[in-house]
Amino acid sequence: MTNPHIRVLVMSLYLLFLMVPIYWLLAMSFKTNTEIVAGFTLFPRDFTLQNYVTILTDPSWYMGYVNSLIYVVMNTVISITVALPAAYAFSRYRFMGDKHLFFWLLSNRMAPPAVFALPFFQLYSSVGLFDTHIAVALAHCLFNVPLAVWILEGFMRGVPREIDETAYVDGYSFGRFFITIFAPLIASGIGVAAFFCFMFSWVELLLSRTLTAVDAKSIAATMTRTVSASGMDWGVLTAAGVLTIIPGAIVIYFVRNYIAKGFALGRV
Amino acid sequence: MKGKIDNNRAWLLVLPVLALVMFSAVIPLMTVVNYAFNDTFGNNQFFWNGWGWFEEMLQSERLHAALGRQLLFTGIILLIEIPLGIVVALNMPKKGFWASLCLILMALPLLIPFNVVGTIWQIFSRVDIGLLGRAMAALGIDYNYTSDPLDAWVTLIIMDVWHWTSLVALLCYAGLQSIPGAYYQAARIDQSSRWNVFRYIELPKLSGVLSIAILLRFIDSFMIYTEPFVVTGGGPGNATTFLSIDLVKMAIGQFDLGPAAAFSLMYFLVILLISWVFYTVMVARDGEGEP
Amino acid sequence: MAQITLANIAHSYAPAASPSDLALKELNHTWQDGGAYALLGPSGCGKTTLLNIISGLITPSRGRVLFGDQDVTDIPTEQRNIAQVFQFPVVYDTMTVFENLAFPLRNRGGRRAEIRARVELVARMIGLDDLLHRRARGLNPDIKQKISLGRGMVRESVNAILFDEPLTVIDPHMKWELRTQLKSLHREFGHTMIYVTHDQTEALTFADKVVMLHQGQVVQIGSPEALFERPEHSFVGHFIGSPGMNFIDARVAGRSAFIAGCEIALAQDYGIPSGHTQLGIRPEYIRLTDGDGLPAEIKGIEDVGHRRIVRAGVAGFDLNVVLPGGGGGELPGARLHFPPEHIGIYQDQWRIEGQSP
Repeated sequence: MTNPHIRVLVMSLYLLFLMVPIYWLLAMSFKTNTEIVAGFTLFPRDFTLQNYVTILTDPSWYMGYVNSLIYVVMNTVISITVALPAAYAFSRYRFMGDKHLFFWLLSNRMAPPAVFALPFFQLYSSVGLFDTHIAVALAHCLFNVPLAVWILEGFMRGVPREIDETAYVDGYSFGRFFITIFAPLIASGIGVAAFFCFMFSWVELLLSRTLTAVDAKSIAATMTRTVSASGMDWGVLTAAGVLTIIPGAIVIYFVRNYIAKGFALGRV
Repeated sequence: MKGKIDNNRAWLLVLPVLALVMFSAVIPLMTVVNYAFNDTFGNNQFFWNGWGWFEEMLQSERLHAALGRQLLFTGIILLIEIPLGIVVALNMPKKGFWASLCLILMALPLLIPFNVVGTIWQIFSRVDIGLLGRAMAALGIDYNYTSDPLDAWVTLIIMDVWHWTSLVALLCYAGLQSIPGAYYQAARIDQSSRWNVFRYIELPKLSGVLSIAILLRFIDSFMIYTEPFVVTGGGPGNATTFLSIDLVKMAIGQFDLGPAAAFSLMYFLVILLISWVFYTVMVARDGEGEP
Repeated sequence: MAQITLANIAHSYAPAASPSDLALKELNHTWQDGGAYALLGPSGCGKTTLLNIISGLITPSRGRVLFGDQDVTDIPTEQRNIAQVFQFPVVYDTMTVFENLAFPLRNRGGRRAEIRARVELVARMIGLDDLLHRRARGLNPDIKQKISLGRGMVRESVNAILFDEPLTVIDPHMKWELRTQLKSLHREFGHTMIYVTHDQTEALTFADKVVMLHQGQVVQIGSPEALFERPEHSFVGHFIGSPGMNFIDARVAGRSAFIAGCEIALAQDYGIPSGHTQLGIRPEYIRLTDGDGLPAEIKGIEDVGHRRIVRAGVAGFDLNVVLPGGGGGELPGARLHFPPEHIGIYQDQWRIEGQSP
């Protein structure tokens, strides 16, 4: 009903607004430091891949990506595994304290990471997990598990309960029913929940920086520390930034048809 | 659909989550509580301090200032992002290639690590190397976010709008997609104006997703840390020192654990309280939707 | 109000379609002003397409739509001055019932007092006057459906009211009440009403004229009685009635039909029709007898209370016979008698007429 020209104009302006800063990051990553500091150019004049070469050949850089991916994947697997049965319980049964429990779980999603940074540091240090991938993966469960429960519950609610009942009548055990019948039905929900766990774990900086030092140091932490240590190596910094966008872009491409529903946490 | 079954054995299904959250939330929180009510001279020697830290924090000018800045920041970004998100959602293509493209491009900022978002805006806005900074200078506008508090605020707000408006827009888009075509047809037959279509059809249907959007944006902006930390570091001066930044400065920078812990608890409680109100309203609405 | 003319309308959803792809095959029809019509047919027969062409949601691939003398083919929905009631209730949830009913009038800039009077009149007619100040959210589906019906009725000048399977989500016991109400509203206001449904009971009780659609083609337009007594196409015979009409392959010669060598007298002279000829007769008109008739094998009897349905086999065809009155009792016989005045002859599925003496 809206005038199509206005539509196109609004969307073009908005997407332009989103893309220009990303373009600037991309452009800078192909420039030499001299060009960045000395001259102002809209396009890289001395096009160089040197910044990327630096990152991909220096273990202190590329191990950051490896470490990040390790704890992100660990976190995603843990979060989904524990969230699935819980979400099933919340979507199917009424039990003592269910509403309070649900809100209490959600409240962890609302906990400022800054509040938890120091206690986490002490907790994981005392149990000898400091500077390990599992420490960050567990810490990120703080906000990812409630989120996964919430999203999965929303999707599960959309599956008619008659399906469960029929399966039990047909003699399926809970485990077999869950894996062979139920899980495929909410596959898109699992995908969306995994996407969000991946996303929030991937983008988080404060906890991952606090809980790691050397062995499990995340790429985000690597970036902030390099800035302060080696002065302003803008070229390498921006190249590192570009490389952090790529996993996200790949993941988005795969879930693009579920993004909108997923962001509504399955509640549309 | 039928109602839920009463079954207390469902607790067994929730146990793994409970165990995990116990470990990753309750134990750390106990530490915070411990610090909040005790004082220490180091070497793990604690003595009871009661509500002392809380009283100190409640009267702290520094905390008041940080809270004020936080409320202002959250208020401003909500006022911009929610309406802008709705406008964008209303103008998005409904299906086909362009819809997919818009979805992917819009989701992109959401998947950029927070510190990289900070970096992007840092290099984009800097006066010496940034496109925005240079453009402002070329236009003759005196802009420097590292020295001028107002410029720093504007930069952070634009950055947050850039980072998160898409979330609101995607939520609203999902809400709009779920409106059956018959509603629009009925509105045409009734000769409804475009504004009335929005006011009486789209907005009521969006209220569910909008409350999620406002809740998420409220919580996340209230906890914002990384992006301003990277761009302004809380400066110039304390101009952009929001609650989380102040808290981390206090806890890890100055190691004032007692006050920081008391601060943490109050901070968490405020968020919890507001979220609880939202949640209650949302659950009430969910219940209303079912016949 | 005006009569609605569809002139050579045809529609296809594909851009360049062969005739077999047409969602709606060529159609000429005039909907008389003030008539109550039903568009009847199974899912996917094109009835919603036809309705959308009248409402203006779809522009037909070919042909013109006329309201009175005005060609409205290219005029958008909002200017056609029609009303529509949808399959599920479309109401403005945040408005009160009164505001919902007043909405179309307010958008057209009516005077306050007039709007109030009209809304109150319509609300009284459809029994919503007690609820006028309730918010629409949370009301029952049948009340919501009444609201959307009322929104269609408030405009006096409306050209036609279109109903798109409006009783789908209504409880069975409310269906009857709403249908009766529609009928009386039609008498009261005299709007042209076009009612799309796949339910024969709804169509036959509501409409003066029923338009039967089958695979995008109008197969018969007629009164409910004509559809029952003289189906023009075997599909109409099957679709209308419960159970539907019986069709048996037969050889026809003059005033006689032959089934399995048995001669059956006909009321008219059909000559020697070519193609696939069938004899059609309603189960209600077949009589069981032990005298003259077609020998049949009785396969079963179903007692449905007020009547019995007998399943009989004749020459490899299954026929239904309806006997009035329930209960047990012996069958009057095992031979079938077809009264000549109720027999129809179908050539390649279309009814043909013979010469009367």
